[in-house]
Amino acid sequence: MDIRNRNNIHIDLHHLTRVEGHGNIVINMNNGNLEKCDLEIVEAPRFFEAMLRGLEYGQASHLASRICGICAVTHATASLCAVENALGVHISPQTKLLRLLNLYGELLDSHILHVYMLVAPDYYGIGSVIPLAKSAPEVLLRSLRIKSLAGEICAVVCGRHTHPIKMVVGGFAQSPTTEQLINLKEKLLDIRNDIDETVELFQSFTLPVFERDTEYIALRDNHSYCLIGGNITSTDCESWSLAKYREIIREFKVAHSTAKHAQYKQNPYMVGALARFNINHDRLHIRAKSAANALGLYPKCTNPYMNTIAQVVEVVQFVEEAILTIEHLLEKGLNPEVPAMPSRSSGEGVGACEAPRGSLFHNYVIKNGFLTDANCVIPTAQNLANIEEDMRTYVPSIMDLPQAEITHRIEMLIRAYDPCISCAAHSMEVRFV
Amino acid sequence: MRQVNKPKIAFFDFAGCEGCQLTVIDSLQRHPNLLDAVEIVQFREAMSEKSDEYQIAFVEGSCTRTKDELRLKSIRKKAKYVIALGACAHLGGVNALRNWQSQEEVERYVYGAVSINHDPYPGAPIESVIPIDGFIPGCPIDREEFISCVTALLQGRRLPIPDYPVCVECKLRENVCVFNYGKSCLGPITRAGCGAICPSFGVGCDGCRGKTSSANIEGMKIALAEHGFDKHEYLSKIKLFQSYQISPNKRDTYGYQKPE
Repeated sequence: MDIRNRNNIHIDLHHLTRVEGHGNIVINMNNGNLEKCDLEIVEAPRFFEAMLRGLEYGQASHLASRICGICAVTHATASLCAVENALGVHISPQTKLLRLLNLYGELLDSHILHVYMLVAPDYYGIGSVIPLAKSAPEVLLRSLRIKSLAGEICAVVCGRHTHPIKMVVGGFAQSPTTEQLINLKEKLLDIRNDIDETVELFQSFTLPVFERDTEYIALRDNHSYCLIGGNITSTDCESWSLAKYREIIREFKVAHSTAKHAQYKQNPYMVGALARFNINHDRLHIRAKSAANALGLYPKCTNPYMNTIAQVVEVVQFVEEAILTIEHLLEKGLNPEVPAMPSRSSGEGVGACEAPRGSLFHNYVIKNGFLTDANCVIPTAQNLANIEEDMRTYVPSIMDLPQAEITHRIEMLIRAYDPCISCAAHSMEVRFV
Repeated sequence: MRQVNKPKIAFFDFAGCEGCQLTVIDSLQRHPNLLDAVEIVQFREAMSEKSDEYQIAFVEGSCTRTKDELRLKSIRKKAKYVIALGACAHLGGVNALRNWQSQEEVERYVYGAVSINHDPYPGAPIESVIPIDGFIPGCPIDREEFISCVTALLQGRRLPIPDYPVCVECKLRENVCVFNYGKSCLGPITRAGCGAICPSFGVGCDGCRGKTSSANIEGMKIALAEHGFDKHEYLSKIKLFQSYQISPNKRDTYGYQKPE
């Protein structure tokens, strides 16, 4: 391959690493024309929507969590909300708080995995997190401490992070004990030091600068940094109820991907930590706000590489929110509640959550207790069209760099989105052909 | 303590949620000394480096495409031991739930009229394509069981996977039987080793670890009937993880098929 001829770039990277799932990057530039710039998704398609059909409503969340090992809790939560909305189940305030606490655990776990183990090696110039065990053991150990606590939050609330056990329609099969929550709160207070050092670490990295304005979409409600329910909200200041999700988000199939793509008003858009920050920054905890300032993240940020930084800000946010949620639960006193029952056996419902990678929708039609239709809109699938749009804008602007560097920058760009291809269908490979 | 020729281990993923690989990462966090005893040469989810020289291959996920079969056969050629990691690889798992519908119908429902050009076929365990040397069951795998299995492999021992039912572990934990709470449970016929984790949290077993070799399925159906469940309960429970074993629509090129 001739890297001196800047008018021709051929990249064909098979199986992008350090992402969840299998993807290839294919970039083909001839005589200065960008002929191909695709993120191919070659993961085996998994057909969850077809498999959800026919299940008894109580089983749906157990199957839904298996869509993804890393966002199992969010899938289960969105699935339960869809069933509950369809069958008129009204959950208790305690269940709402426990579900939020559970999500804080999952989003923390996923963000720490991404920022430390998948992204940080790029800034250390190494191929994986493993060499850090020798060169910077304190960094690795810190990430493991936070991750392990995140897993413990989920274990206390739902039995296990991958895959949740205690979460059922209407509530929880078993509530955590007061002692478990007190213990968790103490550990969360102790972890603040590690969180501060995480912010300092990411302050020390220099991220590539690439700006491209796009539409950002996240859930928003009127009182919190919204993770469950709320309205679908865009940086255009538009807002829609969840039931209208199909009107806002159009999913379609493209030839090079087993994951569907999505558009909003015919345009690609971005979901995830950066979108949540751009839309809900006014709801951040004071500690998260100061972390954002320290990290140079200001709304509206249009550099997709900064999604990693937005995740670091959310790490601060979710630790603080988890502490407040536990305090709230302890104040009210934990009750051994029985899950709420459905008030009807048929209906249609939409459930929405903010997964680590962005807004997630599950939509079920239930007849006589069994699912007859299912639709799931996955965050990574929503981001794919936007990632490709970024690539098409970015590649021509960096074509003077050596090809290996172009490949690396594009890999880092895709990685910044934290794609979860297992979820979206499922694989990445870069091909500059 | 460092050894000169450490056994080389590789991880491969097929159709699945990657939850078992995440559980492996989690296990290694708790037992970092294991990393001194082995060399991990492929683990796409966690590292960029890779080598095709390995003795032990852990395979996660189900086989769902012709190209998966080719990849599995090439792994089989290179590895001395191939171990199925988790329910998808071991049983076909949730990926076989779609086997009750025709593949055309499944594709039409999810992707519409557009052809997806990825030749997917009904989900199948990896043993339907290649012989395996063992399996670590569960959805997901149990992290301590994973460590004890790797240790056994390194010492040349048989994998310590129990062949008695979940009920044994459940009784040892002194749980009240979930049937007493009006819930159904596949514990009596399901392979133990999970510490009866689901019944311990008040949720009936879904059978993700597969059946024991002496499972009494008729007895299971009678127990369900005695507790007031209708005749469809067994099928509706068992199909979540064991559809490959019981649905008529399956693909088997190696000869795994063991009818129920």
